[in-house]
Amino acid sequence: MLSELPLLSFVIWFPILGGVAVLFVGDDNPGRAKALALTVAILSFLFSVPLFTLFDPTTAAMQFQEFLPWIPALSVNYHLGVDGFSMPLILLTAFMTVVVVIAGWEVIQYRIAQYMAAFLIMEGLMIGVFSALDAILFYVFFEAMLIPMFLIIGIWGGPRRVYATIKFFLYTFLGSVFMLIALIYMYSQSNSFEILDFHRLPLSLNEQVLIFFAFLLGFAVKVPMWPVHTWLPDAHVEAPTGGSVILAAITLKIGGYGFLRFALPITPDAANLLDWLIITMSLIAVVYISLVALIQQDMKKLIAYSSIAHMGFVTLGFFIVFGIYRHTGSLSGATLGIEGGMVQMVSHGFISGALFLCVGVLYDRMHSRQIKDYGGVVNTMPVFAAFMVLFGMANAGLPGTSGFIGEFMVILSSFRANFWLAFLAATTLMLGAGYTLWLIKRVIFGDIGNSHVAALEDVNTREIIMLSLLAAAVLLLGVWPDPLTSVMHVSVDNLLQHITASKL
Amino acid sequence: MNFVAPDFMPVLPELFVLAMTCFIVVIDVFLEQRQRHITYGLAQLTLLGAALLTLITYAQAPVTTMFGHYIKDAMGDLLKLFIYLTSAAVFLYSRDYLRQRDLFKGEYYMLGLFGVLGMMVMVSAHSLLTVYLGLELLSLSLYALVAIDRDSPIASEAAMKYFVLGSLASGMLLYGISMIYGATGSVDLQVVADSVGNQGVDNVVLVFGLVFLVVGLSFKLGAVPFHMWLPDVYQGAPTSVTLFIGSAPKLAAFALVMRILVEGLGALQGEWQQMLIILAALSMGLGNLIAIAQTNIKRMLAYSTISHIGFMLLGILAGTPDGYAAAMFYTIVYVLMAVGAFGVIILLSRTGFEAENIDDFKGLNDRNPWLAFVMMVIMMSMAGVPFLAGFYAKWMVLQAIVNVGLVWLAILGVVFSVIGAFYYLRVVKCVYFDKPEQNEPIEISLDTEIVISANGLLLVVIGLYPTALMTWCATALLN
Repeated sequence: MLSELPLLSFVIWFPILGGVAVLFVGDDNPGRAKALALTVAILSFLFSVPLFTLFDPTTAAMQFQEFLPWIPALSVNYHLGVDGFSMPLILLTAFMTVVVVIAGWEVIQYRIAQYMAAFLIMEGLMIGVFSALDAILFYVFFEAMLIPMFLIIGIWGGPRRVYATIKFFLYTFLGSVFMLIALIYMYSQSNSFEILDFHRLPLSLNEQVLIFFAFLLGFAVKVPMWPVHTWLPDAHVEAPTGGSVILAAITLKIGGYGFLRFALPITPDAANLLDWLIITMSLIAVVYISLVALIQQDMKKLIAYSSIAHMGFVTLGFFIVFGIYRHTGSLSGATLGIEGGMVQMVSHGFISGALFLCVGVLYDRMHSRQIKDYGGVVNTMPVFAAFMVLFGMANAGLPGTSGFIGEFMVILSSFRANFWLAFLAATTLMLGAGYTLWLIKRVIFGDIGNSHVAALEDVNTREIIMLSLLAAAVLLLGVWPDPLTSVMHVSVDNLLQHITASKL
Repeated sequence: MNFVAPDFMPVLPELFVLAMTCFIVVIDVFLEQRQRHITYGLAQLTLLGAALLTLITYAQAPVTTMFGHYIKDAMGDLLKLFIYLTSAAVFLYSRDYLRQRDLFKGEYYMLGLFGVLGMMVMVSAHSLLTVYLGLELLSLSLYALVAIDRDSPIASEAAMKYFVLGSLASGMLLYGISMIYGATGSVDLQVVADSVGNQGVDNVVLVFGLVFLVVGLSFKLGAVPFHMWLPDVYQGAPTSVTLFIGSAPKLAAFALVMRILVEGLGALQGEWQQMLIILAALSMGLGNLIAIAQTNIKRMLAYSTISHIGFMLLGILAGTPDGYAAAMFYTIVYVLMAVGAFGVIILLSRTGFEAENIDDFKGLNDRNPWLAFVMMVIMMSMAGVPFLAGFYAKWMVLQAIVNVGLVWLAILGVVFSVIGAFYYLRVVKCVYFDKPEQNEPIEISLDTEIVISANGLLLVVIGLYPTALMTWCATALLN
């Protein structure tokens, strides 16, 4: 019965309308606006839970489909649906929004209603991106996301927020407009904007290569992959804590999701031809960006670079499959690569979000993100220190945390393709441990660094709640990843079948 | 030779506007300054009446009258409805502004209504002479409107420039018309079309005539490299007049291009497509690049207009019904955005303060969150961000040219629109991210506030459900 309801539409539009309602409650009523925002966020998370419980993991077909003609003149439809790739990401989005609303509770003083509304609208748009099955609908959600994020960074951000937010907007905008041309071109070939029709559309290798590059531009900027990653450190550093969390936890995932939904299945031969390019870019991200992270003085910047490195794993996992297939001729190892990438995306959503929240907790008290201003925080904030060490360990890929699972799966599958690839990828375990643990050492441990640290107060109940939510998720996924991998298993197999069958 | 009276029914709205305008001219003389709102009310009433007449007689099939010089068809009627709508919004937005500046005179409305009449004639013209007649009626009204603030040297300069360049353009157009007449023996667009179809491109006089027509049209549209007058006029004219010039006449200009190039000289499409590609590419490029350097928001929007004209031309040069529908959709959406943008500018101006610079928008979110939201919607829509009307306009146009194989032009278009996004974002930045430099409250009368809100929300509504307007455009062009 529940599956008959337009669940996806509800999960998309409820937070958006809720956000508008919060706007109307207004900044004059901060208490009421916050309470309403939290209610909306929690309710939309609860509404998204049936997507998981009612999900049928035995089929790769789209589920919870909704179909309405939207712009019939151009055969664009309001077509929604989820499979094993998008469903977990929708839950992640709804979950993180709750955390972000709690995180902004006392911290944001200026125009709180607009702040909360921006995040709720953002949530709806991001869920729309994950559930759209029509290319134009996808594009519309994909681009519309820029507006709330532009405002979030620009209004509540740090001193260089204007530079950072305009850079963020223009980078992403430039990346995605080429994708629009590619979509229009494919429409002119197929007379349909359905993503699934694009999957079946026969394209010559030349066309595929050009379309692949258009997608690459759009999604590589979002992921972000080296060398188009430079907007990310700026955006993260200047964004308010909530903005950083959503950026790291969700919007980066949209880039990875785009590869799975568009680039790989639509242009499999081009991807096969050019996988070395993506793998090289991913490895540069993993190794070089990790080294860059090592020398950062600013905590947020360090975590931002660590995000880029971790997302390098995701793209590596997605594109290693061609190498495995060429090398072994079987798909068995390839599954591990894509699943590993997906697990890594979800896990990184929790971990990076949590780390940004930790930095936010410190920043709210000290108004500094410089590592050198801290030292010995464990002496004054023991509870907080426990959380931060946990998340730090997870970021370094400690077994038992979610960070380990994804990285391990990707490295394992890389071995089947090429030993040296796996070797380079595995260096991240060392480098990641290096920059994370060094950060923890300098900030958390040691003697109390200065009088400001001595005066710190430990986390309050609100902060404990939001950090515990994430800690629980990280640990749960770390010891029992099966619920996540089992929902996507069939979808992954289906994708692999599809992309290894040439379109030519 | 016996005279047959033409059928006057198809031109009923035009006759109504003409009669009402003459009536207003007379009435206005007997009104005292404090009663001037009567003139304003009558002007709005005229537009309302014309809208009703047009709606009642909305054309199902094209009808020509006045011995083939005039046509009433769905495209014309739809454009006319939007002309009334935007003109009514213009009159409303500018009312308080004019009052505060001692410009609240009958002449503004009289010239405005004659301008509307000129646009109506242009939209419904079915011969080259009627086209010219309508164009001149509009242009002469606009020249006078620009100079309406007699004591402002910058406005006089703008008016002078506009007049000289506008006359030059009219001359070009007329010269082109005479060549076409020479080659085809008629000014009736139907006869011209048939004759051109028979002759093809071999007739050099015809092609020469075409060149002059395109140059004249480009002047009127403000397409690069014939755009020089546009920034100066936008900046120099009183904002209430810029508001008018920047909005409704674009609809008439679109009709002008459709009537002359598509209906009259459709057989020469291969020729004018080449010319329009150059004009469109230059307009998008130059308009967007130079707009970045502007600090005056009226001038910035002038360059933004130039770039939007380039986009609109993309749709026309595609030369397909889809392309024309896309260009029409683009023009209508653009006019809604432009009237809103200038509307917000005019509402920020007060007695003794002229909102002219981008910096005047600083901290608008702190002064009036709702107006700030409207401005953001308009700017984002102009930049072509989805869920706002501007995106669909750009997308349809791009789709039209990709379908005719001009992928490279589409890529050029999107690159320039990304460049263009920067200066729209800068306005949003001032509105939301900066602290206000002045704290006087913004006083807006209730009716203005309702209309400007509706204007902004309309862009969101079209953005969420663009089908209705798209269908209107497509069906209007079908018959």
